Amino acid sequence: MESLQRIDLVGFGSLLAQLQAEGYTLIGPRLEAGTIDYGAIEGPDDLPIGWRDEQSPGRYRTLPRNDRAHFGFNATPASFKTRLHRSEETVLEVQRGEQGELRFVPVIPAVKKQAWIGARSCELAALAIQDRVLKDSADPDPRYAARREGVFIVAVHCGQAGGTCFCTSMNAGPKAEGGFDLALTEILDGPEHHFVVETGSDAGAALLERIPHSQPTAADLRRAADAIEHARATMGRHLDTDGLKTALYAQAQHPGWEEVADRCLACGNCTAACPTCFCSSYEDQVELDGANARRTRHWDSCFNADFTHLAGGPVRASTPARYRQWLTHKLASWHDQFGTSGCVGCGRCITWCPVGIDITAEASRIRQANGEPPK
Amino acid sequence: MQTQDCMAPRTARIRSVTNELASGEVFTWTLEHTDGSALAGNPGQFNMLYAFGCGEVPVSISGRTPNGQLQHSIRTVGRVTDAMRTLTAGTEIGVRGPFGTAWPLDEAAGRDLVVVAGGLGLAPVRPLLQLAAADRIHCRKTLVCYGTRTPADRLYPDDLRRCAAHPRIEVRTTVDRGDTGWRGEVGVVPRLLLQGGFDPDHSIAVVCGPEIMMQFSVDALRQVGVADRWIYLSMERSMKCAVGLCGRCQWREHFICKDGPVYRLDQIADLLGISEL
Repeated sequence: MESLQRIDLVGFGSLLAQLQAEGYTLIGPRLEAGTIDYGAIEGPDDLPIGWRDEQSPGRYRTLPRNDRAHFGFNATPASFKTRLHRSEETVLEVQRGEQGELRFVPVIPAVKKQAWIGARSCELAALAIQDRVLKDSADPDPRYAARREGVFIVAVHCGQAGGTCFCTSMNAGPKAEGGFDLALTEILDGPEHHFVVETGSDAGAALLERIPHSQPTAADLRRAADAIEHARATMGRHLDTDGLKTALYAQAQHPGWEEVADRCLACGNCTAACPTCFCSSYEDQVELDGANARRTRHWDSCFNADFTHLAGGPVRASTPARYRQWLTHKLASWHDQFGTSGCVGCGRCITWCPVGIDITAEASRIRQANGEPPK
Repeated sequence: MQTQDCMAPRTARIRSVTNELASGEVFTWTLEHTDGSALAGNPGQFNMLYAFGCGEVPVSISGRTPNGQLQHSIRTVGRVTDAMRTLTAGTEIGVRGPFGTAWPLDEAAGRDLVVVAGGLGLAPVRPLLQLAAADRIHCRKTLVCYGTRTPADRLYPDDLRRCAAHPRIEVRTTVDRGDTGWRGEVGVVPRLLLQGGFDPDHSIAVVCGPEIMMQFSVDALRQVGVADRWIYLSMERSMKCAVGLCGRCQWREHFICKDGPVYRLDQIADLLGISEL
């Protein structure tokens, strides 16, 4: 417990200023266009102080709180995925000489220092999953790896859960269990407003040394634990993952896939909002000079017809097959591929589905016909 | 920092272009790297071939010339392959690879090798025809069963003729629809397998073609008594990266680009019949 420290609001401001002084661009939550989403921030005043969100299937609203909480909201529309696995980027430049000789020049960004302020436990769980897929594989993506190298993480343990949250079911929260440099718990209790800070790396400890901090009281630690417990207790949803992979594999022909596809628009919002979905496609462009071309990668979605296109047409021609692929990949085959679930329970796919399809409800319904009672 | 980029191709040069069908729908490139070295790769594997400004496509290895240069047969099925058809000998292209699993040639030792192909599915097994005709596979005998829609769709007639002339290779062909000059079999490929002529207990079968054709061929092979463990298939899915990053070639838990394309049937038997998986 002695690794825990306390910083007040002034200390929190110093923390952000110190990161900037060390060359980090701050990426944190901002209130913008009716949502709380991540973007560049300059200091605590840019945070959505005193704002919260309401999330339910197909619905998202921001509303004022009756306090000055800095992190009193839940999952943002876009995840930190966008910071590392860019939605669109050039990966290769190709030059063609006068004799037709080709030269391939990989486009790999320089390592840039960015500090993520307020990353939640589900974000960090998603980051660990993306690391496995894109950085720690036999053939890693050097673009992802370069951006990843420059990231400093100031996590925030959740003090409340949203209506579509189910991180507890996925062992992904509400308390971040690692993968951060510093982790904050926001304490709001009457006039009391400060943070309990946990260090997760040498870099985090060194930074904390450079800003004003103090020993937390026993009451601080109790309040911090209570805040996380409150998040745990207010979890909006639940998913029973026990035996889920086997059940989903066994239910590939379940009529429930047809039923959900009657509602699913195959729009791909869920895959764009998901912090772990990584599928991509490539496009080629040639400059008018005919001597320079480039290959651009952009996010793709297993809900797109073109995604499985072969000479004879798409392999997954129907929406039931595409929904089955998405849900089965996320909750089942991901385990076989990467030794982890592909879902962290952030609830984004539920909130941002235009027709409010709920992955927890669909998974539970599909498995029920497996002879198991609903839980 | 020296960074390897799995998406960066090596340069290669088209040494020659051969038309494989009168329709011009399928052509073969003989390739070498621009430094003169041969492209790497084993039968069953594939390369990603890039045409300047047009894009990149996965193409299986479809043989080697007598002096070791790699060959790829390409079917014009879309924007990129249509553009590739217009490229001439001497043109530089990009190559990434080889990727994926290979046909298990060593396992054919002492067994009857049954090669089952439909349509363009002959291309990925053509290296086996070449090796068998050169007595470089240590199998007892080889049976080639090849089906196409029409006689005009038949690929590699020279290779098929060379195989047919070999004392330990038998070639059976069939077509869905004959033409006026056709004297051979009419019907589906699995029927050729039911004619027997190989020892099912000591055989190894390699199957490549449209998925539905492979399913029925598997049924026929099982029917005559070949165990799943001795049946190999080459699966095809859309691919953009070939290294498991683009996600397109997923087949439940498999990334066909790296876990396949060549699979032993008992590893995938439970997936084969599920449509749109």
